Amino acid sequence: MIFFKLIVTNLRRHRIRSFISIAGIAFSVAAMLTVVTILQGAIGMFSGILSNDSEIIVFERNVSDLFFSNVPSAAMDEIANWPMVAHADPVLFGVVSSTDHPIITCFGVTAEDARIRKATWLTGDRLAFAQHSDDVVLGERAAEFLSAKLDDHVPIGHGVFHVIGILKTANGFEDGGVFMPLNSAQSFFHKEGVSSVITIKLRNKDDAAAFKTMVKTKFANLIALEDAEFTRSYSQFRILKATAWAVGGCGLLLGGLGVANTMIMSVFTRIREIAILRVCGFSHPQIAAMIFGESAVVSLLGAVLGLFTGSCLLVALKLVPALHGYIDASLQPVIMLIVIVLALLTGIAGALYPAAYAMRIRAVEALRFE
Amino acid sequence: MTILHSQAGNPARIVLQAEDVWKSYDDGAIAVLKGVSFEVAEGQTVALCGPSGCGKSTLLHLFGGLDSPDRGRVTVNGTEVNRHRNLLRLLRHEVGFVFQLHNLIPDLTLEENCLIPTVAAGIDHRTAQARLHQLAERTGLTHRLGQRIQKLSGGERQRTALCRALMNQPKILLADEPTGSLDERSSSAVFTLLLELAATEGVTLVMATHDRALAARCNRLLEMHDGRIHEPATA
Repeated sequence: MIFFKLIVTNLRRHRIRSFISIAGIAFSVAAMLTVVTILQGAIGMFSGILSNDSEIIVFERNVSDLFFSNVPSAAMDEIANWPMVAHADPVLFGVVSSTDHPIITCFGVTAEDARIRKATWLTGDRLAFAQHSDDVVLGERAAEFLSAKLDDHVPIGHGVFHVIGILKTANGFEDGGVFMPLNSAQSFFHKEGVSSVITIKLRNKDDAAAFKTMVKTKFANLIALEDAEFTRSYSQFRILKATAWAVGGCGLLLGGLGVANTMIMSVFTRIREIAILRVCGFSHPQIAAMIFGESAVVSLLGAVLGLFTGSCLLVALKLVPALHGYIDASLQPVIMLIVIVLALLTGIAGALYPAAYAMRIRAVEALRFE
Repeated sequence: MTILHSQAGNPARIVLQAEDVWKSYDDGAIAVLKGVSFEVAEGQTVALCGPSGCGKSTLLHLFGGLDSPDRGRVTVNGTEVNRHRNLLRLLRHEVGFVFQLHNLIPDLTLEENCLIPTVAAGIDHRTAQARLHQLAERTGLTHRLGQRIQKLSGGERQRTALCRALMNQPKILLADEPTGSLDERSSSAVFTLLLELAATEGVTLVMATHDRALAARCNRLLEMHDGRIHEPATA
């Protein structure tokens, strides 16, 4: 108890300095949490689109982005007839824009696609999908921001489309997207005869390895990956994750420098006090523990404040209409834990030099210091 | 271990010993101790007198392991003070320090300040509390235990420092001008208490002081001059 009081005494003694340090860590944690959560959410949602009622995704080998992937219809037709395949759904991804929305994701799908079959149709008839080339179905959010209702004609990109349904899915991207018949999408995006990916549902999941081998053997320019495998290895996801952690890491580095500065000042302003503790029998490790304890308290308080601020920020972002459907603000415990651990490690790193300095203080010299 | 004979003729154990101790600062430019040798027997109260800068404090620091001699040997309870190996044990259990400035931590209470040495030594809280209350009673500080240091008078602060120094029941008390910052009345009261505690706790006291009157109340007086010790024929 006395030891803990020795730790917090100095923080209370210099309240403003301590607060600035805590705020530094809090902002860093909030930034990291926000960026990482948004990107993880985005990745999760995108993965969700691909793994909708499927276990395997087939796409063009060595493409940096699935939007550039071209899977020929012939390959699709052949794969769909393999005995191990329960169903194969081609999906063509495209990006279109409308007056107020520069980016609207467009999904070219067949009427049998799970996205159409399994979604909740808020309005319209599922059986009417893909009957006409200018028919589109809007996700709930897309309908909202396009101010479109059933039977409306809405300008999307360079075309005008007839809204035959509005559906709700569990996925934010899909809810903010436009579903077109595959043929119409191929024509609209000038990608006749190809899709971006084929999502595969196998009759028996144990056939996954055999399926992947068959794809490799039969189609040299295509690759088949299981969903988890794809999420791990897709370069876009890895770049996004790395960027998120790098941005957050830079924030924490700055926060750590703030802690280091505070701890250095903390040690410098109580050299005599540390000398007295030495005279009272405090060992070097006990002195270091006191300094590390002080920085750990700063980091922990900063982390808690940062988590709270970050959570509020995420909820606020989720409420922004323009971002509807694109942000999954749910906090993942693992991310929260990682952020707290990183904040603590940052605090400890920031206290390394001050602790080393404090341990080197010679009581006899410090006691002469008035 | 060296055995001396007390004034009564009984053998007395030597607890502090300096043998040809030399100490200088600024790479030898300022020589503070020049071959100091003397011994202190268990239970003695020793006053080190001399002008400022004569090396009194340096000698106390050497006995407390806070500094090391350039040459010579300093032993406490028969063990040479080695700053690296025995220092912690020395500071935690064998010697207590009292300084001219009380050197208490201002944001802590009297009680918390006194408990610091017990935290360092890992003494359990109940034992520490019992010891604290015993010392507080003897020093008349029981009613002030919860007070912050800023609210204590100079005499109370120095009595607190005395309690802190004796918390872990050291057998040697090194006091560096313990009454130097007090007025005459408080000074006399604190010194009387110091001697009483030394006697009741069986503590050997070595005290650096300018005050000849206080020094005369110790049972041994050592004069320090120009880095050397001279012991008058009678104290």
